[in-house]
Amino acid sequence: MKSLLKLLSLVGLVLSIVPPVMLFLGKMEMDSMKLWMGAGMVVWMVTAPFWINKSSQQSH
Amino acid sequence: MANRFFKKIVGGTNEYERTPVPAASLKGNRSFLGMYAGEHTAGTEFVIGPLFVAHGVTAGDLVLGLLVGNLLAVLSWALITAPIATAKRMTLYYQLERIAGKNVVRWYNLVNALMFCFLAGSMIAVSATAVGIPFNLEMPTLTDWFPRTPGWIVTVLLLGAVVTLVAIQGYNQVSKFANVMSPWMILIFFAAAIVGLAELGVGSAESLISVAQEVIWNGVPLPGMSKFSIWHVIFFSWFCNMAMHIGMSDLTILRYAKSWTSGFAVFAGVYLGHFVAWIASGILYAVFLQANTGSQEFAPGPIAYQTLGIAGAVCVVVAGWTTANPTIYRAGLALQGIFPKVQTWKITAIVGGITSLAACFPALVMKLLDFVALYGLLLMPMGAVIFADFYFSEKLGFRSEAALNSKSNFSLPALLSWVLTLIFCLGLNYFYGIEIFFLGLPGWFVAVAIFVILSKVKYPLAKSLAA
Repeated sequence: MKSLLKLLSLVGLVLSIVPPVMLFLGKMEMDSMKLWMGAGMVVWMVTAPFWINKSSQQSH
Repeated sequence: MANRFFKKIVGGTNEYERTPVPAASLKGNRSFLGMYAGEHTAGTEFVIGPLFVAHGVTAGDLVLGLLVGNLLAVLSWALITAPIATAKRMTLYYQLERIAGKNVVRWYNLVNALMFCFLAGSMIAVSATAVGIPFNLEMPTLTDWFPRTPGWIVTVLLLGAVVTLVAIQGYNQVSKFANVMSPWMILIFFAAAIVGLAELGVGSAESLISVAQEVIWNGVPLPGMSKFSIWHVIFFSWFCNMAMHIGMSDLTILRYAKSWTSGFAVFAGVYLGHFVAWIASGILYAVFLQANTGSQEFAPGPIAYQTLGIAGAVCVVVAGWTTANPTIYRAGLALQGIFPKVQTWKITAIVGGITSLAACFPALVMKLLDFVALYGLLLMPMGAVIFADFYFSEKLGFRSEAALNSKSNFSLPALLSWVLTLIFCLGLNYFYGIEIFFLGLPGWFVAVAIFVILSKVKYPLAKSLAA
């Protein structure tokens, strides 16, 4: 489960940075980029809390 | 890891507040890398980068100035703060108490708390610029000192109340939230730079250089703004965390380091936050200025929203809030040092009230560069006192940790070093017109000299031995 959450979080980060790169390369429109970045933010915000602080507590 | 470590430092867990950190609790470099990376990518970055654009810094001056200034900051942490932190392993407050005495530390705490309130206030104002977007709130402009509309005051006070309530409820949840958001926020800054450059028509290395020099950092200050040179950039990036390094606030953090070389771990945070993020937010502002020619509006929320959409606006809210919250908490801790019998929630509520009122004034955002410089300058002399006590007491023949060793609550050399240094800096500013950004360096040497001379007079080593 944790691995799946981590994978989803990674997808969230990818959605936050790849669309801007695609916009820069002229392969995506501004509105689509904003939409994908918003989606990436939501995916990161709903998945990362379940493993980031947990793993930091376990590391102690 | 970084979250729990930070909590241990500011969370009032009463661990090693008056004793050296034991060997079992020491941390490796990785802990400091994560913590500093999060700490230096904050809400302030959304303001400082654009202000460099507004002050007419040229592209070459900015890049070279940031490279040099940040390197000097890293060296200050690593060579001045970290060796003392790992030798003594005490908090700043206790180390200062041993040298200057409880009564002087009380005044230090009061100044510290006020500065924290104003800093948190500026961050609430930054968040308000994003929160106000759906309500079509009229945003402040570069030359505003006072609130423009009742809507701004209401938004800021409501936001301040929410932030204060959350701070009263507990520091931990926001700290965890900040920990979660940190990697995403760093990526958003990178995204801002990429999108901003695309919007400005950059398509090759040549066009990058020409756009940087002619459009983003074209060297022309906006109306009403002073002109900044490379020296402003170097000294600002060196001393924007002056309170932390040569002011010795980070003794409290670096006392956990296994080795003084952990001071170099700040490198990652400083170059991510004070290089990448400042450049990225400057690019965002240039895009905004190009789309809104002649606009004097200065509001990080709409600036980020225009280029990055909802993710940009949320990033501004989160960055401002997660910076304001621990700052309010730290201000509360500093005040609690003065009023130990008052309940924590009451102190936090008072601090939140002061912070919210301060946030109503856009001057705190528009003059953030000056405020950050002032904040460091006010606290720096006490760092110089700790430095001089550590390195020169034995060599130059005066008693180290004089307040502790003379069982006194008050050290005149420490107090006078603080007050006279600030008078000296004020004089340089008033009579010679030297800007606030350049006062820290001469001030530090003056503070060291005053403390050494007065300590030799008041606490001579030979006299103490004879006694």
